Amino acid sequence: MSLDMSQFHQTFFDESFEGLDAMESGLLGLDPSAESVDPEVVNAIFRAAHSIKGGAGTFGFAEIGGFTHLLETLLEEMRSLKRRWSSEIVDVLLKGVDATRAMLEAATRNEPIPSPSDLEQRLQDILAHGTEAEAMPERQSSQPESDAADKGMTTWDIQFVPEPDVAQQGNDPLRILRALASLGNVTTHVDSVALKPLTEHDAETCPLGWDVQIETAASEADIRDIFAWVEDACSLQMTRRSTPSAPVAIAPAAADPASAASSPKEQGDKPASGPAPAAAAGPKPKKDSVSTSSIRVSVDKIDMLINLVGELVITQAMLQQRGAALDPVEHESVLTGLSQLDRNIRHLQEAVMSTRMLPVDFVFSRFPRLVRDTASGLGKQVKLITEGEGAELDKGVIEKIVDPLNHIVRNAIDHGVEMPADRKAAGKDATATVRLSAWHQGGNIVIEVADDGKGLDREKILAKARKNGVDIAEGAPDSEVFNLIFLPGLSTAEKVTGLSGRGVGMDVVKRNIQSLGGAVDVSSELGKGTRVTIRLPLTLAILDGMTVRVGDDIMVLPLASVVESMQVQPADLRSVGGERSLLKVREEFVPVIRMDEFFGYRGSTEADRNEASLVVVVEDDHEKVALVINELVGQQQVVVKNLETHYKPVPGIAGATILGDGRVSLIVDVGGLQRAARQRSRPIAA
Amino acid sequence: MATILAVDDSKSMRQMVSFTLQSAGHTIVEAEDGQDALEKAQGGSFDLVLADVNMPRMDGLSLVRKLRELPSYKFIPILMLTTEAGTDKKGEGRNAGATGWIVKPFNPDQLLSTIQRVLA
Repeated sequence: MSLDMSQFHQTFFDESFEGLDAMESGLLGLDPSAESVDPEVVNAIFRAAHSIKGGAGTFGFAEIGGFTHLLETLLEEMRSLKRRWSSEIVDVLLKGVDATRAMLEAATRNEPIPSPSDLEQRLQDILAHGTEAEAMPERQSSQPESDAADKGMTTWDIQFVPEPDVAQQGNDPLRILRALASLGNVTTHVDSVALKPLTEHDAETCPLGWDVQIETAASEADIRDIFAWVEDACSLQMTRRSTPSAPVAIAPAAADPASAASSPKEQGDKPASGPAPAAAAGPKPKKDSVSTSSIRVSVDKIDMLINLVGELVITQAMLQQRGAALDPVEHESVLTGLSQLDRNIRHLQEAVMSTRMLPVDFVFSRFPRLVRDTASGLGKQVKLITEGEGAELDKGVIEKIVDPLNHIVRNAIDHGVEMPADRKAAGKDATATVRLSAWHQGGNIVIEVADDGKGLDREKILAKARKNGVDIAEGAPDSEVFNLIFLPGLSTAEKVTGLSGRGVGMDVVKRNIQSLGGAVDVSSELGKGTRVTIRLPLTLAILDGMTVRVGDDIMVLPLASVVESMQVQPADLRSVGGERSLLKVREEFVPVIRMDEFFGYRGSTEADRNEASLVVVVEDDHEKVALVINELVGQQQVVVKNLETHYKPVPGIAGATILGDGRVSLIVDVGGLQRAARQRSRPIAA
Repeated sequence: MATILAVDDSKSMRQMVSFTLQSAGHTIVEAEDGQDALEKAQGGSFDLVLADVNMPRMDGLSLVRKLRELPSYKFIPILMLTTEAGTDKKGEGRNAGATGWIVKPFNPDQLLSTIQRVLA
């Protein structure tokens, strides 16, 4: 039978990556210096390696199978307590996890699979170092003779006497004899001396023995293979007729090198297999139930679904617009249907959006490794605590938050956490704590990175800020001073390290988070620690917007950034220095951007310009700007379509959407607009 | 044709075993660990059990011991899916009451011919 194995590849990859994640988190959670390591944890790590190896062999990835075999062998020694855990072993195994992941990734892309030969060598060295020679009993070793002579027909005399309870292992002697008969011409004689009268016979036992004479072309190994499952539950004698040599006996156990060699191994296994059943009977690991009640769906399918629902929302908006023109009495049932449709679509939209939601654990789970590597690279001791891993947010947001979060955590360890000795001197625990937490707040998710390190030094930041030409009052509140670290060129570290702190970092972090529609904030107490708080929208796909007319077009302003709208006379707009207009809004001067001019909209007539202007004040990151528009149209939820994938990034535009009447409308990126406006005015000012 | 209980914590392995045996006309019930298998075995009747050794919750050896305690599984063939590495202990499997083993990695043909040996 030929079977296309490639149909199982995807499942194999998926479960292997899951297995690698499990190995990694198991290894990271393991304390190599502890007196005893939880056998169930080691078992789980071993099982994952074992499964990957087994699958790799079955599905035709010999290189991966070969490499994971080494990992498995080492893990088997750990599991059977032949070797003590050390951080070196954990390290090698973690590297092994990385290498296996790289190999699997290559395999998923149908690329040549890389060979981690250095690591392979290291694993082999470690394995060879062991006190026990790794005697892997090969079955072939019990059949030293070559079977070349067996090419022709040979006659064998076989004496087969199974133990009476052989059937209680599910082995039926009759099946074995039938299998033997399939190899050649067989003459069988039953030895029934032990058979008792029927009244005394125990039906669950087999008191018979057989003398079989077989003429066959099959090799000795083939014949022995038939008895392989019962070889230590029977007495078996095989004699070759044509050669006068002594019979080769396989008496129970003793003459079998394979089982003799494996007995010390079994003893070695005992300590490990002892506690295991007890642990297995204990409470089920929490993640099991989650994985079994979910199915895998490709992101493409979900995105297509979301897109289709988006289209549906637009169609619905169109219908609603048409419906508004209908007579409510005459078309009551149609209008009732429409409002029902509206409700159903809203629920559908929410349900579909929720399928893209992933638990924050998706990001958090990679931090134990990062923290461990970063801290050990710096000679610091850091314990990571994660909280609220179950809080969900959009897959798109999660993927984009990884880098900023990496940077913040690395910064916390590099600059925030002190060396163990300094910590002790300050009366703190030598091991610092970095806490990663997430929780929902309104329509947002809040992610917080808190360390108990030395905190931000207000004076140093102030000094640095002044040196960089930042104007800040001596008595400015802490919050204002600390948030200066998000400015370009302000790194609080006294010296630059390889990990972080080249002074580019935090401002990039802030920009990335803002591009996700989020905000970042820092608070700190000298000597006690620093807390960086990120606030993010749950999804990037739907936005509450204010629709405004600019020229002939409708633009969407994110409702979250709208502060107020007002009508102003042209005289209220003051021009300062000739290049930028300012508007006085309650004792505060706000820069003005004329949207039609800025985006080059046609259709903005002289009349439009001279009319009493309508202004919407929007705010991004505590910075206000007044946008001059032509008309306020309304408020609505819009489905955000990416502009970059269809066109190219446009400064000041976050994306596009399709309105109820089918028109395309651009969504304003307030932060980007402010930056773009500053850039445009700068050359003139300079 | 036989009704077979296939036990493995690896989904790809279960899929491969099921697909192969179903193509040969057998009826397959999948279980993802020993505990799951034991519950399914108690709730049904099978002509053959194929069980992985290393599994969470209940491993293959414990499963065989538990199954052999049940009257209806006392003489049923139970095959272990093992690896040659010596980590899966054949002798221990037989002591637990396993009928025999199939060595991983195996291909569909090997699986079918081994199964034929106990179903004949």
